[in-house]
Amino acid sequence: MNNQVKNRIKDKLFSIWGWISVSIGIVALAVFIIDILFDGLPVLSFRFLTSLPSRIPEKAGIFTAMMGTVWIFILTAVIAFPLGVASGVYLEEYGIKNRLSKLLEINIANLAGVPSIIYGLLGLEIFVRIFRLGNSILAGSLTLALLILPIIIVSTREAIKAVPQSLRDASYALGATKWQTIWYQVLPASFGGILTGVILALSRAIGEAAPLIVVGALAYVPFAPTSPMDNFSVLPIQIFNWISRPQKGFIQNAAAAIIVLLIITFLLNGIAMYMRNRWQRKMKI
Amino acid sequence: MISAEKEILPILNQQELYTVEPTHLHVASSDIVETIDVNVFYGDFHALKDVNLAIKKNSVTALIGPSGCGKTTFLRLLNRMNDYIPSHMVRGKVLINGVDIYRDKIEIEQLRKEVGMVFQKPNPFPKSIFENVAYGLRIQGIKDKHLIHERVINAIQQVGLWNEVKDNLRKNALALSGGQQQRVCIARTLAVEPDIILMDEPTSALDPISTSRIEELILQLKQKYTIIIVTHNMQQASRISDTTAFFYLGELIEVGKTTDIFTNPRNERTERYITGRFG
Repeated sequence: MNNQVKNRIKDKLFSIWGWISVSIGIVALAVFIIDILFDGLPVLSFRFLTSLPSRIPEKAGIFTAMMGTVWIFILTAVIAFPLGVASGVYLEEYGIKNRLSKLLEINIANLAGVPSIIYGLLGLEIFVRIFRLGNSILAGSLTLALLILPIIIVSTREAIKAVPQSLRDASYALGATKWQTIWYQVLPASFGGILTGVILALSRAIGEAAPLIVVGALAYVPFAPTSPMDNFSVLPIQIFNWISRPQKGFIQNAAAAIIVLLIITFLLNGIAMYMRNRWQRKMKI
Repeated sequence: MISAEKEILPILNQQELYTVEPTHLHVASSDIVETIDVNVFYGDFHALKDVNLAIKKNSVTALIGPSGCGKTTFLRLLNRMNDYIPSHMVRGKVLINGVDIYRDKIEIEQLRKEVGMVFQKPNPFPKSIFENVAYGLRIQGIKDKHLIHERVINAIQQVGLWNEVKDNLRKNALALSGGQQQRVCIARTLAVEPDIILMDEPTSALDPISTSRIEELILQLKQKYTIIIVTHNMQQASRISDTTAFFYLGELIEVGKTTDIFTNPRNERTERYITGRFG
């Protein structure tokens, strides 16, 4: 009896502890967003989205940074998606399972946790200097692609692992080759999970400033980029630059830019969730 | 029975073997599947021990025995589905249409077009009914729409599903009932036009009505195909099979006409198993 009471108290205590933990997170986020909205909303306008950067806060806009972010997003996706998914498929389906592959698996998981600035240094040396790509969008995208490859590889492998053996058996038993089984059965069945991983990785990539600063993204770019070899800026760098200025006007601009970045990330995640749910519904009935 | 055949073979004049019409050579030609001293190992585990079994064309052979006795291993031996298990090793000969599928140079994909398989749990692809049945043809690279259409409809008709699904062939196969799903899986196998169909407890996940429909289907399919079925259901084995093989601890204990096995088993272990005293 006494024991039962004790257990019930523990149960209650844990649920209170959990509630407090969740609240701390939500309150912090809410305070942050409200603060940002107060500072940024008055500045946010069509003019702000379409103006070039300027020394005068009232004239400054995020057009170049936003276009830079779009360029970086698309190029990074185009580079990282095929490489990451192919690596994940290879490691899971073709790679021999032994101690070496185990070691590789641990290392890939570790790479996902390496600070992004380290990737920036790697990108600076390899893409900017050795490949002579300069401070270009391409160099930045390649660097970010490296940064998110581990996340894509790991989530691809997890998604593939979740495909039931019975599906593969059915395909093999009809005379399908390994590649046909992967292409027609395993990949479609795991695509929802793979997509989730890719989008999460990409929304991390567009929030990065540090590696791009190292690679040589500029805070002031007078024109929107028109090719992968152009100089560029991205939203996080623009925000970082504005926040470090003394004028109140730039702080407000930074807040407005944060709102734009949040909306972009939110939209991307929304699209990802929509696509995943649609795909999974299609695969399930 | 098996050993008797093996003794007869060497006696036959070699010349005769080549000149006599295959249909007159009862001993050798009607066996579509023949295993000779087959041993299967999973690492240290000896899963099948010296199995000698010959299976006649257009017959239904039931493989029975307690769980872990090797009957499913034997079944999957015939279309090389065990190949995916690491540390799996086969010794002896497995002849299908006279070809040793483990020694002779064969394409494993080609083998599986000749030896189809139906699994324990219905496992349709998460695609439409039509695409499920067409899959085996599409992966062969068949592009002819009319041919695919004809074969798919033919296969669905063969499994008696046509009236139930003819209006929604584009419906996802996973939306069908378990019994219908299993018939889609059989249709999918038939569309490839195999010689042999392996069935691994095809009705164990189904209700009695679906089960009896599948059993009727098996009896029909016997006209065109050779069927080898693993079952835990003794009544099922006696209802549908011509030959029954009893496996125990990796050995083929007894094989014979189903009526003989069930009315007059020669081996004591067979008798104890079929009467439900162990297993």
